[in-house]
Amino acid sequence: MRNIGVIIRKQLKDTIKNKTVLIQFVMFPVLTLIFEHAISIPDMPELFFTKLFSVMYMGMAPLTAVAAIISEEKEKNTLRVLMMANVKPWEYLAGIGIYVWTICMAGAGVMATSLPAGDVPFFLGVMATGFLISIAVGACVGIAAPNQMVSTSMVMPVMLVFSFAPMLAMFNDKIEKVAKIFYTQQIRMLLNNMTLDGIRPENIAVVAVNAVLALILFFAVFRRKGLEG
Amino acid sequence: MIKTIGICKSFSDRKVLSGIDLDIKPGMIFGLLGPSGAGKTTLIKIITGQLAPDSGEVNVLGRNVSELTGEDKKKIGIMMDNHGMYDRMSCTDNLKIFADIYGVPYSEISRTLKEVGLGDAAKTPAMKLSKGMRARLHLARVLMISPKILFLDEPTSGLDPMTMKYIHKLITEQKDKGCTVFLTTHNMEEATVLCDEVALLNEGKIVERGAPDQVCRRYNHQKKINIHLVSGEDIELAHEAGSAEELEKLMSQGKIETIHSSEPTLETVFIELTGRKLDNGEEAQYA
Repeated sequence: MRNIGVIIRKQLKDTIKNKTVLIQFVMFPVLTLIFEHAISIPDMPELFFTKLFSVMYMGMAPLTAVAAIISEEKEKNTLRVLMMANVKPWEYLAGIGIYVWTICMAGAGVMATSLPAGDVPFFLGVMATGFLISIAVGACVGIAAPNQMVSTSMVMPVMLVFSFAPMLAMFNDKIEKVAKIFYTQQIRMLLNNMTLDGIRPENIAVVAVNAVLALILFFAVFRRKGLEG
Repeated sequence: MIKTIGICKSFSDRKVLSGIDLDIKPGMIFGLLGPSGAGKTTLIKIITGQLAPDSGEVNVLGRNVSELTGEDKKKIGIMMDNHGMYDRMSCTDNLKIFADIYGVPYSEISRTLKEVGLGDAAKTPAMKLSKGMRARLHLARVLMISPKILFLDEPTSGLDPMTMKYIHKLITEQKDKGCTVFLTTHNMEEATVLCDEVALLNEGKIVERGAPDQVCRRYNHQKKINIHLVSGEDIELAHEAGSAEELEKLMSQGKIETIHSSEPTLETVFIELTGRKLDNGEEAQYA
């Protein structure tokens, strides 16, 4: 357990100086605050930007951050040094996962400031679930990629699909039909309703299937390549 | 302290190590010499448990390397040539990570940084360090834990002579503290200066071993004394009693500028045994 704490502290210190990762965490919460307070269009749905950017944040930040962190450690051989220091692969992954999840939840907390207080627990609960799936997918990419360049190439299309599909689905019915198979689209639908009563079995089923697939993929990649590839 | 029995390792069809037997006693500096591609790093990876051998047995600290506990691993410091640093973080923060993992008090960080000559660079990000300073930071990371065994893979490769000497001093200090040092190098001068025992590795096999001076004496076939006279003339005498009279005469007349006996160096021994040079692995003509 101590090693998990070490990894989290290391990552906190490193992220402050790592603009590439830092911007992923900060961009959408800041944009949400600005857009919600600065832009008002007639007939625009309530909390439009909060709901839209939340889903994009979920599909982008944890995924790219986890993949970037793991692949950078592999490329620079710092991961090897940690393993040699008897940090277990699961401790490392748990440390990175907890760190990214916590930072993203803090970002979601900032985004939630635009919401009515009663909706905040529901919003954070839904976001927490989505972040977990994105972290698992990001870890798959980070483990599979031998270095940062490959990781970026791999994560980009995945991230684009998960984060932009819900937005594009608003403008195109065909895209919406396809996007429904992704957890980000289902979570967008949940956020649109923002009530427990509005949750449909379809929403839960798709999110659960996505989560299970992400976990299966994670274990398959981990088993095949090991943490260090 | 470190024992290997019959270590063999192949990558695809290429046999990298075949039948390596080592027995390294506590408190010794052991040098594994060989040209690039001889299998030095592979052997160090096997001994440190980073790589499994195809066959053979490795014992470290009295246990099979695969059975080392977390506590055992905390007694082993490993500095590999390709191991990285957290570039954006300062020297102190880099060491703090490992101080936390190994349970080393933070007071050891500044002490170790001063010990390796990085006291003034404590707050400098690792990315801004020179190559020599990075090497010393790598060394600080392993010295901070006061290891019982220190594995150093090419610790001075590509460094300037001053930094090299500084690192040699640090390694010798570790030996004085009772640490067992296993180092790989292709620098025969380094091995001669530092090591109590060396093994010459070529194409995955140990071709010679022993104390550096013993190894050199073993291959002293020429047994000559080379004299350079003040006049500029070079003369060669047999290294035997019969030459004493002439040598005495030259000395008493003050004609000698330099005088050397013809013991081979580890480099020449290696060339004699393998026909290869230590520093680059290229074929060399042995004359």
